[in-house]
Parts: sequence; C-alpha cells; structure tokens
Amino acid sequence: MNQIGLVYDRIRWEEKMLIDASKRLGLGLKIVDSKEICFDTLEDPAKIEEIFGNVVLQRCISYFRGLHITAILENFGLHVINPFNVSLLCGNKLFTTLALIKAGVPVPRTLIAFTDSSALKALEVLGYPAVLKPVIGSWGRLVALIRDKNSAQALIESREEMQNSLMQIYYLQEYVKRPPRDIRTLTIGEEVVAAAYRYSAEGDWRTNVARGGRTEPCPITSEIEDLAIRASRAVGGGVLAVDCMESPEGIVIHEVNNTPEFRGLFSATKVDIPEKIIEYAIKVMKR
Amino acid sequence: MAILLMFIFVFRNIYKEKLSFLLSMDKGAKAFKLKCPECDADIEVPEDVISGEIVSCPDCGLDLEVKMDEGGLVSLKPAEIEGEDWGE
Repeated sequence: MNQIGLVYDRIRWEEKMLIDASKRLGLGLKIVDSKEICFDTLEDPAKIEEIFGNVVLQRCISYFRGLHITAILENFGLHVINPFNVSLLCGNKLFTTLALIKAGVPVPRTLIAFTDSSALKALEVLGYPAVLKPVIGSWGRLVALIRDKNSAQALIESREEMQNSLMQIYYLQEYVKRPPRDIRTLTIGEEVVAAAYRYSAEGDWRTNVARGGRTEPCPITSEIEDLAIRASRAVGGGVLAVDCMESPEGIVIHEVNNTPEFRGLFSATKVDIPEKIIEYAIKVMKR
Repeated sequence: MAILLMFIFVFRNIYKEKLSFLLSMDKGAKAFKLKCPECDADIEVPEDVISGEIVSCPDCGLDLEVKMDEGGLVSLKPAEIEGEDWGE
C-alpha cells in the first residue's frame, strides 16, 4: 500500500505543518503516536504497513525512541525518513564528526576523552576558550563554553557527579572564531532547499533558535551548497539540517540534525519546507 | 545534583499516575472546554486541535498533551517531561 506515515511523540509546529502540507497535496497521512505503540517483532509486515504506510517520516522528539522505532520499521521492510544508519550517526555528535572527517568535510577541531584527567589534558592541547558538548542532546542543552582551566575543572567535576555514562564522554571542540551567528541549512536529498543565519539571543553565545536565537535569510553560496550536500551524503542523506559556522579559514560543519526543526528557517526564507519534505517522501515511495 | 535527579524522578512518577485523566468536553462549541488535571482551571482547546499537541494551563502553567480517541473524545494529560535525548 502506497501511503506516507508520520510517527511522533509530540505535535510541534513542524509536525502540524507536515500534516497541513500532506492535506494540500491531497494525501492521507497515517499519523501514529509513538507513545501508544506496542510492537510484536513477529507481526505480519502487511499489518505494520497498514498502520504506518510504506514510507514513514520519523519525527520523534526523543532520539532513542525514534532510533529504535526506525530499526523496527526498517526490519519490517518500510522506508523510514531518515534511515536507521543516518539517525544513528546524526544522533551522536562524535559519530557525525567522524563521518564528516572521513568524507573530507571541514569540521572544528575535536578531541575526545573519557576521564576527568584526560579531559583536562585534551583542553591543554586545544587551548582556551574551548567548547564542551554532550555527544547526545540538542538545542544547545549543556553545551558549555570553557574560558579557562578553573571553569574547566568545575565543569568536569560536576559532570563526574552525574550518574550518566554519556556524560563521562568528553567531546571537546575548539571555539571557532565566528561572527555571532551560525548558518542552518536544510538539505532534502541532493538539494539545499533553504539557509538562514541564526543569531545568538541577548546574553547567550549559543545560536540555537530553541535558546531564543533569531533567524535571517542567508544566500546559498556555492561553498555552503557544496559542503552541506557533502555533509548530508557523508551521513547517508535524507532530510537533514546541516549547521555551519563561518571560521576564518572558511565554512566548517559542526552538526547534522536528523529530525530537523525548521520554524526559524521557514520564517526567514518562506521556503515551503514541509511541502518539499512530503514531495521527497513521495519520491522515496516511487523508488 | 543527586537531589535534583531524585526530585525529577519522584515528580515524573507522580504524574504517571494521572496519565489517563479524562475530562468533560463540549463538542458543539468552537473550542473544547476542558479542565486542567492539576489545578482544575478551565482550558479551551480549539476544535481543529491535533492529537499530540501541547497546551499550557493558563493558571498553573503545566504543559498538557491533548489526546483525542477514535470516538472524538478529547482529554488532557500532563505532557512528558523533557528527556536528555530530546531534540532534533
């Protein structure tokens, strides 16, 4: 059965827009609340397809929930946007960085350490200021700008107190000397459909729209286009938000997001992103 | 930090028990008239609401998820608390 599905755990603005776009295109979208799902791994694949459709937009806000649902749906033979391997790479900042480096895409210098003492050593190599990020997480949550050794020690000590093994992975990055903005691009398949500058909110150095950052349209230069597409390919492609920074040496890619939020990008560019995503799902269906 | 985590854990479990709070509705109006399961305040939810959307209680500020069953019965339940893996 040729039908598109959307699996969610929270209907945000983006999901509403995707539902609206599918209505405009005359498609019946199968909308499934991930919190209500109970999978039997021995279920008849036809029944799973009846519930989800054969191409599924995975839009869960919880990364692990989305990743596991993707694994199950793919195992039943459904196409998921984005595929499991893409979700796996993009959900973890280190895995993304490694895939980008392998593909020759410029990234900020990144060091990894697994204990408090090795994290401090890594910071000596990187120099201050530096940036500490959780490998899994979004919206700039717990992303810290470390200005000196004293604040590094305090931050690392507080991380050691956290009973979370992911917090014992120290993903440390150089602080890129960029303007007070970064660039969010949205790639769909082999196309960069929109790009916007994201400016930090007053009193914050992070540019995330979730942190109150504002957006303005950004021209899709050939450099941005080339790197965003190469970054998208490096993680396996699909519908992705590729975030770039303007370093003194040129564009560097610092993040690729698997279930992009595009409200800020839409308001800055007026590009009909939801419609383009639905059209891409139709293309995937016809493959 | 440990105290904070414990507080979040307890808070989450309290709300798990309230998950299936069903509330009254008035389908004839342009909005569903519901009540906050936390503070009993009146909450109006637009008729074109989509199951899974989040509304905030105007009185106590609690985030509530709108649930609509197959028969069109609308209810509110406390929304999930943001997890460490939440994001894009």
